[in-house]
Amino acid sequence: MATAATISVGPSKPHPPITILKRSRADVPLAQTKFLKKTARGKVQTILRERYVRNDISCGFEACLFCQEFPGYKPVLPTIGYRKHTKLTDHEGHWLVIDTNIVLHQMDLLTNLPARLPLIIPSTTIRETRHRSLPLYSRLQQLIQDEDRCVWVWWNEERRETATVQQIDGEEMEGVNDRNDRAIRQSLHFYAEHLKSSVPNPPKLVLLTDDRRNRELATSEGLIASSARDYVDGLEGDVRQSLVDLVVGGVDEVQSGERKGRRIYEEYLPLEALNVGVKSGRYHQGHFNANQYNYLEGTVNVPGFNKPVLLVGREAMNRSVQGDVVVVEVFPKSEWKAPGEEVLDQDIALRDDDADDDEGPGVDEGEKQTEKAEKMDVDEETKKNPRDIQPTGKVIGVIKRNWRAYVCHIDRSSLPSSAMTSLSQQTVFATPLSRTLPRIRLRTRQAPQLLDQKILVTIDSWSPNSRYPDGHFVRSLGKVESKEAEQESLLLEYEVPYRPFGKAIMDCLPVEGDKWVVPPKDEGRIEWRDREDLRDLIVCSIDPPGCQDIDDALHARKLPTGNIEAGVHIADVSHFVLPDNPMDSEAASRGTTVYLVDKRIDMLPALLGTNLCSLRPFVERLAFSVIWELNSEAEIVRVRFVKSVIASKEAFTYEAAQLRKDDPSLSDPLTESIRLLNDMAIKLKAARMRAGALALSSPELKIHLDSSESAEPIDVEQKQQRETNSLVEEFMLLANISVAGKIQETFPSTAVLRSVKFIEREPEILTLLRRRHGAPPKTNFEALQDILMKRKGMTLDVSSSGALAKSLDACEDPKEPDFNFLVRIMATRCMLSAEYFSSGSVSKESYGHYGLATPIYTHFTSPIRRYADVLAHRQLSAAINYTPLHPSLQSKSHVEKTLSVVNKRHRLAQMAGRASVEFYVGLALKARGSAKGADGRTREEAYVIRVFRNGMAVFVSKLGLEGLITFSKDAHDFDAENYVLRLPKENGPGFTEVGVFDKVVVEVGIEKDANTQRGKVKMILVEPVRSELL
Amino acid sequence: MSTSRLEILNDGGLRHDARRPYELRSLSLSLSPHPTADGSATVTSGLTSVTASVFGPREPRSRAGTSHDRGIVSVEVGVAPWSGTREVRRSRGDKRLTEIAASIRQTFEPVILLHLYPRSEITINIQVISADGGILPTAINATTLALLDAGIALLDYTTSLSVGLHLTQPLLDLSAPEEADLPHLVVASCPASGKVTLAAMETRLHVDRFEEMLRLGVDACRVIRDEMESVVKKKAAEVVRRSQAVIGVPDAR
Repeated sequence: MATAATISVGPSKPHPPITILKRSRADVPLAQTKFLKKTARGKVQTILRERYVRNDISCGFEACLFCQEFPGYKPVLPTIGYRKHTKLTDHEGHWLVIDTNIVLHQMDLLTNLPARLPLIIPSTTIRETRHRSLPLYSRLQQLIQDEDRCVWVWWNEERRETATVQQIDGEEMEGVNDRNDRAIRQSLHFYAEHLKSSVPNPPKLVLLTDDRRNRELATSEGLIASSARDYVDGLEGDVRQSLVDLVVGGVDEVQSGERKGRRIYEEYLPLEALNVGVKSGRYHQGHFNANQYNYLEGTVNVPGFNKPVLLVGREAMNRSVQGDVVVVEVFPKSEWKAPGEEVLDQDIALRDDDADDDEGPGVDEGEKQTEKAEKMDVDEETKKNPRDIQPTGKVIGVIKRNWRAYVCHIDRSSLPSSAMTSLSQQTVFATPLSRTLPRIRLRTRQAPQLLDQKILVTIDSWSPNSRYPDGHFVRSLGKVESKEAEQESLLLEYEVPYRPFGKAIMDCLPVEGDKWVVPPKDEGRIEWRDREDLRDLIVCSIDPPGCQDIDDALHARKLPTGNIEAGVHIADVSHFVLPDNPMDSEAASRGTTVYLVDKRIDMLPALLGTNLCSLRPFVERLAFSVIWELNSEAEIVRVRFVKSVIASKEAFTYEAAQLRKDDPSLSDPLTESIRLLNDMAIKLKAARMRAGALALSSPELKIHLDSSESAEPIDVEQKQQRETNSLVEEFMLLANISVAGKIQETFPSTAVLRSVKFIEREPEILTLLRRRHGAPPKTNFEALQDILMKRKGMTLDVSSSGALAKSLDACEDPKEPDFNFLVRIMATRCMLSAEYFSSGSVSKESYGHYGLATPIYTHFTSPIRRYADVLAHRQLSAAINYTPLHPSLQSKSHVEKTLSVVNKRHRLAQMAGRASVEFYVGLALKARGSAKGADGRTREEAYVIRVFRNGMAVFVSKLGLEGLITFSKDAHDFDAENYVLRLPKENGPGFTEVGVFDKVVVEVGIEKDANTQRGKVKMILVEPVRSELL
Repeated sequence: MSTSRLEILNDGGLRHDARRPYELRSLSLSLSPHPTADGSATVTSGLTSVTASVFGPREPRSRAGTSHDRGIVSVEVGVAPWSGTREVRRSRGDKRLTEIAASIRQTFEPVILLHLYPRSEITINIQVISADGGILPTAINATTLALLDAGIALLDYTTSLSVGLHLTQPLLDLSAPEEADLPHLVVASCPASGKVTLAAMETRLHVDRFEEMLRLGVDACRVIRDEMESVVKKKAAEVVRRSQAVIGVPDAR
């Protein structure tokens, strides 16, 4: 505790008056809430909390005579309510009051209600939603903050007239739900009274609730109440049409399965029993992972076992959906099993299942057979390979559902042909895009229109009596294989937030809009405070062609001392994006800009990203500069960080910069500057390589688009690497490393850093196939080492990154120029992708970035498209005492939370980008094939990168594509030890050997994937043997 | 994710107990609840209630530590078993209580005109009757009133309250759940001169916000002072009326 001797304090900033709330005696019953709480140790505490009830909570009515003066008053609720309703036909219209169950179950309906329909959301509803579901709570917040809508939050518990306390009726304590319902009804009574004193004929209030009891009570109290279905049914015309499918069955309606009575699944245990069981170690808790190759199998990773717990069969999985947090009970060891062997596709196995009927005979038979067959298989496998046995168990409860909206398409076969033209309500199956999800049963009136459409469906419930979850239609994305629909489904699939920026965010932009310019130099202006004037420097930017968000620019010049001054100038995004405003929080939640082949989903509004922050040529821009003094060996003599104003002299593409550098006739300062930078970059790279940095590679494809409008892909090629690419890269690395050092030194516990670690990682596609064949190696490098040893007699030293780099260089095959490239790709796969972390969260030794062989690294150079860079900018700006560090950046937990979101977004963005490339590769191959007049296939040379008992993975280096070729099981011989497949010769006896790293010829074609309804690359082995014949 | 169930400040700008950021809890001040002491006062702020009793100036109980030219102040703090404090243990030698006692002593040493009471001791006894955040500031307010009640010469009223910070929004007079969640600062000041006699922090607070919060705290101390003054004046008026009734001053009738 620090005490100060008496000091005088001057007057404070203006603030609202400080008042003491006086509580009157009459308020006492309302003023205290008393409740019991059980502590973690099991002690029960009585907790007493105080509450003040107020008179100055405003009602939000535009014509209110009383509330206008109160703080927070906004005229939101109109004098004339919503009138386009067939049953509620009052002249003044009506407003809706939303009950909690509507938010919990009808959120999609709620967000799609007409914008002019006034909604009152009582605070009771908001609070209850917050307790029940955080995702729904944040959607509710979005709805409330949407300024185009008539939504008013009524703080009912805070206003004297509508505050409630739990009532005790004789012996009976009023339940929490009853009390909340009463609180909401109380609000309706209050409003009716309150409005009447301002307007003679105020709009009617309608309570929207799906709780029948609440409706009955409301009606008996003289209020108007309606269920969601009734309400939507009464809406007029188009509005009704568009909303009717969004209504979820209704909580109090009879569950569809009950009439049949047969239980398919076991009921879940009550939550307390689960919690107690997990705590005592009897049960285990974890995330459910469905097996994407076998719909009857799933796993749960739990802390108690080193292998995931296996769930075999529907009953064991017990209604879990990918990502749910479930509790499993593990069977005794004698019942443990090995994972099944077959690839079971639910669409094929269950194609005859009738959506209306759970007990379709065809299904049961089929499924029983597959199950039986699987059981035999498992037993067989188990005998053969006891080490594959995994703990096995069943799901006995779900702690938290992780349901969201899924991209699906309607299963054509589930719709009888007679129903093709009918507009009546039908039950159909929606097949999700992701193979890890079950089919969803859906009731809709527009089934025929929805065929061949990508649609968005959410799961509402999954009763023990129903084989499939029930869901409802949210909206249609467009026609299958149309670019718009594919693009949007891609974004939804990878959870990329792609909505346009809202008004609150746009309000954070400079008021001048695109007229904003750097003001004339004047130390008094905020823009020029402590900024260095670097406008005269010969600065240029080098980027890929068509780049609009230029976040970096460079310069270099010779100093009189013989040393070289080099500078990297990064767009000063933190000048525009201030901490803790709506734009900042939106950027934090987006995390990164997502690049699809034909679209860019920005992290920041385009005005900043492509204009004000973008370091465009010939205009003055604010920048954050890192300026080094390098000696002739490119070693850092001095480094400084400074906020600056620059004027870029030219924006080059990599190609243009390369040409300019190589043109001997030019010797202007700009060209000289590029040459100087290039010299330095070569030396920097050499130094980095000496230190043991890895030159890893992953194939990068470039898609040529016909024109920006049509976006028809013409061709695919691998991206070219030029000297200038490496130039920019080296200086960005240098800037990032320098900045990382500085912010780590200044903020040892919260600096935003980035690093790479080793893990066992392999493409998911191969996991299932590999698992069958020998125990997994300890690390993937071991597998790669073994393959190299046996196939090529080469060794790979992974003891350090330097040794690895050296041995990778040694992996050369004079006959195969692509061989080294291939090994590097495979080595890259063994690495974990880099992640952001806050420096206080791990020990200092583990800051090191393995791939770059640098002890510390961060991201600083692309603040327009990465949020981590924005944080690094703020920290650096505080480190040089330009701005104080925002409090949120001092809290380790806050930084960690932000970074974990950024990491997740980053990962998903990469996956979305790759999926988008894959889609276009498909289109391009198709275009190429049809041009040739063939059946859409082209022949390419490929390398085998893995072999399995029933197939091989190949890599087509020309297209940068990887594919899996499968054969039937018995036709050939598999030598796991030597990574060789012996395939029977096409004509005559004998075998042909195909091993890893061998060159083969494949046919690349396009096939429509059943799940995604998207063209997918399909490969067939042509040489040495045709795989079709196997 | 460890989101607290409690929203510190909701979208309507209301705190968990429906106060706005600059509103203090209901404050009731009563003078002389314990006639056996030389002066006593009970201050109830929301659900926090603290009684302070003052004994002295009197002969020091031990010779050690007395001063020939000025009085000394000693403070004892006790917590009632039913007070509902979880963080403060109730045993006498508890470090937390000792610290509160030391803070109170340091707060009042510059305010009490100790040179008027040489070779004597003023004992302040604090009893926390119920606790819901802000024990120290409430105890300081109670002590001020008790000292006034005992007729001890003071420079000025010393009033105190806690100021918390939620993101960038300062909150005044924190309740227990808020105190647990927010960085906060206890300010005690002499409102007439604007002098700060205590600024205590147990949590980390950003240095840029500190000054703003301190100024705000001093402003809020003035509000409490006005409240105290009105209570004290009422009490004094009553004493005057009663004594006049006893002595029989003709004007009083």
